[in-house]
Amino acid sequence: MIEKIKVKVDGCEIEVSKTMPDPISGKPILTTMIQACELAKVVVPHYCYHPKLPVAGNCRMCLVEFGTPALGPDRKPILNPDGTPKIAKSPRPAIACATPISPGMEIYTNTPGVKQMREGVLEFLLINHPLDCPICDQAGECKLQEYSVDYGKSASRFVEPKVHKPKAVDLGPRIVLDDERCILCTRCIRFTRDIVGDDALGVINRGSYNTLTAYPGRVFDNNYTLNTVDICPVGALTSKDFRFQMRVWFLKETKSICTSCATGCNIIIGSREEKIYRYTPRQNDAVNACWMCDYGRLNYKWIGREDRLAKVQSPKSKVQGQTATWTMALNEITEKLKNEPQESAAIIASARQTNEELWLLSKLKAKLGAMSDSVPRVGEGDKLLVSADKNPNANGTKLTSIAGNPMGSNLSKIAEGIWSGKIKTLIVFGEDVTKCGISTDLLDRLDMLIVSDILPNETTKLAHYLLPGCAHAEKRGTFTNGNGRVQKFMKAVEPPGDARPEWEFLRDLVHNVTGQDGFQTIEGLFNAMAKDVPAFNGLTWSGLGDTGVTVKI
Amino acid sequence: MPSEHRLILKHADQPGYTPDIDCYLRHGGYEALKKALAIQPKTLLDGKTQTAQEQIRREVMASGLRGRGGAGFSCGLKWSFVDRKSGKPIYLICNADESEPGTFKDRQIIHKDPHQLIEGTIIACFANDVHLAYIYIRGEMPEGAKLLNKALTEARAKHFLSKNILSSGYDLEIHIHRGAGAYICGEETGLIESLEGKRPYPRIKPPYFPAVLGLYMCPTIVNNVETLCAVKHIVAMGGSEYAKLGTPNNTGTRIVSISGHIKRPGYYEVEVGKVTIGELINDPAFGGGLRDGRKLKAVIPGGSSAKVFRAGEKFKIKDKEVDMLDLPYDFDSLIAAGSMSGSSAIIVMDDSTDIVEALANIADFYSHESCGQCTPCREGSLWMSKALHRLTHGEGRASDADYLAKIADNIPGGRTICAFGEACSWPVQSFVAKFKDEFIAKGAADEERHTKQK
Repeated sequence: MIEKIKVKVDGCEIEVSKTMPDPISGKPILTTMIQACELAKVVVPHYCYHPKLPVAGNCRMCLVEFGTPALGPDRKPILNPDGTPKIAKSPRPAIACATPISPGMEIYTNTPGVKQMREGVLEFLLINHPLDCPICDQAGECKLQEYSVDYGKSASRFVEPKVHKPKAVDLGPRIVLDDERCILCTRCIRFTRDIVGDDALGVINRGSYNTLTAYPGRVFDNNYTLNTVDICPVGALTSKDFRFQMRVWFLKETKSICTSCATGCNIIIGSREEKIYRYTPRQNDAVNACWMCDYGRLNYKWIGREDRLAKVQSPKSKVQGQTATWTMALNEITEKLKNEPQESAAIIASARQTNEELWLLSKLKAKLGAMSDSVPRVGEGDKLLVSADKNPNANGTKLTSIAGNPMGSNLSKIAEGIWSGKIKTLIVFGEDVTKCGISTDLLDRLDMLIVSDILPNETTKLAHYLLPGCAHAEKRGTFTNGNGRVQKFMKAVEPPGDARPEWEFLRDLVHNVTGQDGFQTIEGLFNAMAKDVPAFNGLTWSGLGDTGVTVKI
Repeated sequence: MPSEHRLILKHADQPGYTPDIDCYLRHGGYEALKKALAIQPKTLLDGKTQTAQEQIRREVMASGLRGRGGAGFSCGLKWSFVDRKSGKPIYLICNADESEPGTFKDRQIIHKDPHQLIEGTIIACFANDVHLAYIYIRGEMPEGAKLLNKALTEARAKHFLSKNILSSGYDLEIHIHRGAGAYICGEETGLIESLEGKRPYPRIKPPYFPAVLGLYMCPTIVNNVETLCAVKHIVAMGGSEYAKLGTPNNTGTRIVSISGHIKRPGYYEVEVGKVTIGELINDPAFGGGLRDGRKLKAVIPGGSSAKVFRAGEKFKIKDKEVDMLDLPYDFDSLIAAGSMSGSSAIIVMDDSTDIVEALANIADFYSHESCGQCTPCREGSLWMSKALHRLTHGEGRASDADYLAKIADNIPGGRTICAFGEACSWPVQSFVAKFKDEFIAKGAADEERHTKQK
């Protein structure tokens, strides 16, 4: 049990734990004023402080005034006439990020003194800061802009020549550095050295000529460099990918999940008019803290590819060179599947499909007595966020019994079944099966090849029925990450052409083929799935919240 | 008649006195160390035992010794903050980075009597259970580093250092580490960072108090050269005897460095508080007075970081009105007068001084030495320096006096990580406040010249 301390923040008393875990080591360290203020929901402006990084205390923006209970010469508290403890105001201010709280402490964040100190710090930061706002990417999410409006003075009295430093420095393959904009908060240095373990950045020169740089001989090229762009309070560090692409206030922000590996880092998709401009990480202390890897962050451009599958195709339309409609295609498929003999169908569903889609497919699988499997994807992981499992929903395929045991072990059996003629119908969702042992010759032997995918490949070319699906950014659903965390993601952009979320047309298909009740909303679908899949029992769509729930896998 | 009281510099300037160990031993050297190592544990009235180390620490506390580096913090109190329960080794660092402009006292000890420093360091280390100590000497004193290294070799040869010192069972090793030209390495945590091989960015306190989390995050004592020499004398004569020198709460002797517009610039060791600023400047035993035909204009009493005094200034100290020159030269009187004795360096300026130029020179120094870690000092020190450069190159404005004062007001008083904030802003604040007429006049003259040119 951690001891609790009572302190007052701007007159409001709160009770906080005496210690909190250190962000790097996890060991208990004394709670600081800024943590207490946050719990009291009082905003203390800051630059260099970050809840996930070691404290630096150099920006001086979080200076506050405070008082502690006055003690007499006998070390006992002195009381006011009304019995309350007399508070001795400290003659010196303190930085809230590094000063521990003590019992009975009173923190004042809005006195004239504090306001003057904030004005002072902002003035000092702005005197050498370049007037780059019109061309700086950070505009709209820049802490210097925001605090200047909230706490600064409007007029400048600086009449000396400014200090000039290198601009548009190529700091590595993904980052551009502007040393004049840099306020030397050292967040990037601390992140890269202490979180990533790559001591690549440092400061050179003295005094006002302090300049951020990559150490001579070292390249700034680890898989987490773009997180420094997130934590940079100003536009000193910018992403080469996003530089000059879009003003941030135009971006719609959608809560989603990265799909490049089984970790499932929580992200925000920044999009405008159905085009995605960037991913940024979203805080989830159970999964990715507030970070994500560079690979996953930049892995969104395929969503906007020109060759996205956008037209429905049926055997008739293929022959006639026309496009089919969803209704026609789904009706035909329904009829054929209703009459499908048991065990003559197989399902290969990607571990990139959502939990709901896999569940619906499992209903189809049960009705058809079909063999099923998924396709494993293994690569290199690291000690930080990257998982060696490159499928975002391998656990989903396991919990819905789609995957073989182990995943991929049924693929050769399915291939044999097609060869022997036992399997006449193959349903493929999201995989190019010619790459996992089912050649085009084998596919030619099928009576019916139903494929749903988003980009063209060898399998889609041979499909009888081609049902264009959605990227995760174009639909809603949930994934189960490598640790069993069920996380939901929302829709950011519209799919191209006639493409539809797979769960929507699967819902109709499954209802028609198996008689399973249709669910009109994703919420209803998820809740029904949660009741049916033992591992998901007790979960609800709304109960998942923004950060998901971990289940036993 | 005021006179020097040479305690630390007793032998240093005597003819024939050399820095080698044999000369030191001939003059009673290392006797205090022998005395310290021979102290027996004492049983107190309540039955508790007081070790030799605790006894020495009590002597230092009783002596009232205050740090001679500039802060004037009680040495005994500083030693008492050391975390002796952490299980980590305790380090001691001698701060020989004498860089405060106007100060040249430590270099006398290092170059003329290095063994006194070494003996004082060994005693201080013994008293604090330190087995590894460093002397951090500024890079600009290569001779001093050589002399100290030679002295350490001599001391080791005579078993005053290394293992089992004088068969007492006490081990101590001292290493010399040379700095590389940064004033901020004189700041105790900046020094520690530099010693660890990093950029000398001072540490935030809390939590990095050197007594708890110092060198390599172990408890560390950082003491000035003169302070450590005083420790030797305290052990030799006893704490209460030492406290008889000087004045109450301002005990012992200090070496005062006097420079500027006086006849006899140099260093003089005096009892703290027993001489006044006026005596130090004018008395033939010390500064010898101003140059012929000159009048006093300004005095910086404690190194360039200290607030300046204007000639003729009067202060109300304990209900008495005291002229600046009659201020006793000690820690407390100068603080009461709104300045400080700092590193006990007095800079005298007579009426030939252009006070704006003098401040511009000082501001230039501080802007060059700012480490740049925290916002107010990094940006403010260079801003003030640039403004003063403008003011001394014909581009000033009458409003520049207030402009400078307002900039300087946003830097000190806890707004920075270390006292460099005070060091760079106090000169500007005090010069502008006390000589405002000159700053305004200079700026106004520039403005008038510009309007005339139009």
